[in-house]
Amino acid sequence: MPHFDVMKIRADFPMLGALEEGKPLVYLDNAATTHKPWAVINRIRDFDSKEYATVRRGSYRLGERATDQFELVRKNVQKFINAADPREIIFTSGATQAINLAAYSFGKKFIGAGDEIVVTHMEHHANFVPWQILCQEKGAVLRVATITDRGELIMDEFAKLLGPKTKLVAVTMCSNVLGTVNPVKAICKMAHDFGAKALVDGAQSTPHMAIDVRDIDCDFFAFSGHKMYGPSGTGVLYGKYELLDALPPYVSGGDMINAVSIEKTTFSKPPIRFEAGTPAISQVIGLGAAVDYLTGIGMDNIAAYEHELLEYGTKVLSTVPGLKIIGTAPHKGAIISFTMDAAHPHDIVTIIDHEGVCMRGGHHCAQPLMARFGVPATSRASLAFYNTKQEIDQLAKALHKVLEVFA
Amino acid sequence: MSYQNELYQQVILDHNKNPRNFREIGDTAHSCNGHNPLCGDKINIYLKITPGDVIEDVSFTGSGCAISKASASLMTTFLKGKTATEAKVVFEEFHKMVLGDLDPATQEHHLGKLTIFQGVREFSSRIKCASLAWHTLICAIDKTGETTME
Repeated sequence: MPHFDVMKIRADFPMLGALEEGKPLVYLDNAATTHKPWAVINRIRDFDSKEYATVRRGSYRLGERATDQFELVRKNVQKFINAADPREIIFTSGATQAINLAAYSFGKKFIGAGDEIVVTHMEHHANFVPWQILCQEKGAVLRVATITDRGELIMDEFAKLLGPKTKLVAVTMCSNVLGTVNPVKAICKMAHDFGAKALVDGAQSTPHMAIDVRDIDCDFFAFSGHKMYGPSGTGVLYGKYELLDALPPYVSGGDMINAVSIEKTTFSKPPIRFEAGTPAISQVIGLGAAVDYLTGIGMDNIAAYEHELLEYGTKVLSTVPGLKIIGTAPHKGAIISFTMDAAHPHDIVTIIDHEGVCMRGGHHCAQPLMARFGVPATSRASLAFYNTKQEIDQLAKALHKVLEVFA
Repeated sequence: MSYQNELYQQVILDHNKNPRNFREIGDTAHSCNGHNPLCGDKINIYLKITPGDVIEDVSFTGSGCAISKASASLMTTFLKGKTATEAKVVFEEFHKMVLGDLDPATQEHHLGKLTIFQGVREFSSRIKCASLAWHTLICAIDKTGETTME
């Protein structure tokens, strides 16, 4: 692996130079949201100050140029996840809305009483609650795949949940709590063998590893812009074109129509059918800048460096007395959740915050998973390619401070 | 501002480690399960109130952070022998204090040793931790069964 110059990367992120309580910010909550490089900040500023107009409406040249820029992002996102066609990229407000869109439109068309939807015990609420609601509304059955104490799916048990009634499998590619990277390609194959469709939640994987939706062969893939160094209020639902074309709209209104009369409305083709109303134009432009930025560094380089951080962090945190890591799968993203005998996650987070370290404590929108591990909450360090080993050392030092306070 | 001086004082750490009145009271009509969905803290409050409105016994169970546990523990030791009406007054004062709307040093109050929680006002994300037990207490006095912090 070539040398990964993290200090050069850090200089791209103005927030990383910010001070908390007079101490340099140590930001370890990247699974929640990430900071933006100058490339994103400047691109939005330039677009808003020189190029902004509404998209897909104006026949004036300014509007046409803005539309071109907007659609260019769609093409760049298509390439970024190796989709076959830019029309398979739907812009949403985030992964949550992307999954809700899929649940609503797919559910309306394809889910009926007695049908089955399979999710896993490690899903974020965003990939759990929409399916639960859909099942309750349609009289369908929600099946939940179990996991081991290390936090891995039990694939033999998973296989038993699938059958001729299975219509959809919804699974996360990387757990936001455990860090576990799931064998989504194999899972999509299993779903397809029963004629079911598969949705992959890529909110935690897309920012951290190369994504190839055609290799995974998923039918839907959802992710957020603000977790991949882009603006909040952006996200993507990828869907195979033929499937998208068969689905009814989710939100209706302006832009997504073909023709409207008093009697009836016909809808546009995908992706516009699913993008009613004025989109988050400047933010999508910013997402495009984030994609370009990440592509410039290389997702494989990012994944390799973050793996190094994960291994270092796991080693260092394991030396903190009474600390137990939750999620020890061999194939993991750079997320380390843990509990400490001495203190509750909320107290840990408050104390290390005042030592200059931002980290989340709580249930991480994964209450079924917390119940599985018998804990009300965990502390979670989630790393990004702009973090350093020295920051992990600072976390460990701050955790020793927790031990002092709660001695 | 220091978390050790303002928040994690010795008395609070002691009540966290050795919570007082940490038990159920089985035969009472006055109980409530309090829940903070933000952090998952759960505090259950049990009360025995005499026909003369006096709190003759009060206890708690549940799980949570040091602040929510210590607050519940100190609350139970403070309330025994007071009337339910007095408890409601103290709840209002406690609530104002942790929000920074009552300064115990300059304003009249009935908070006694509970002023130890005034430092919480400097930690906005922890205010609900300190007040969960008190919200649950009011729910138990009013016999409403359960309450969720919003």
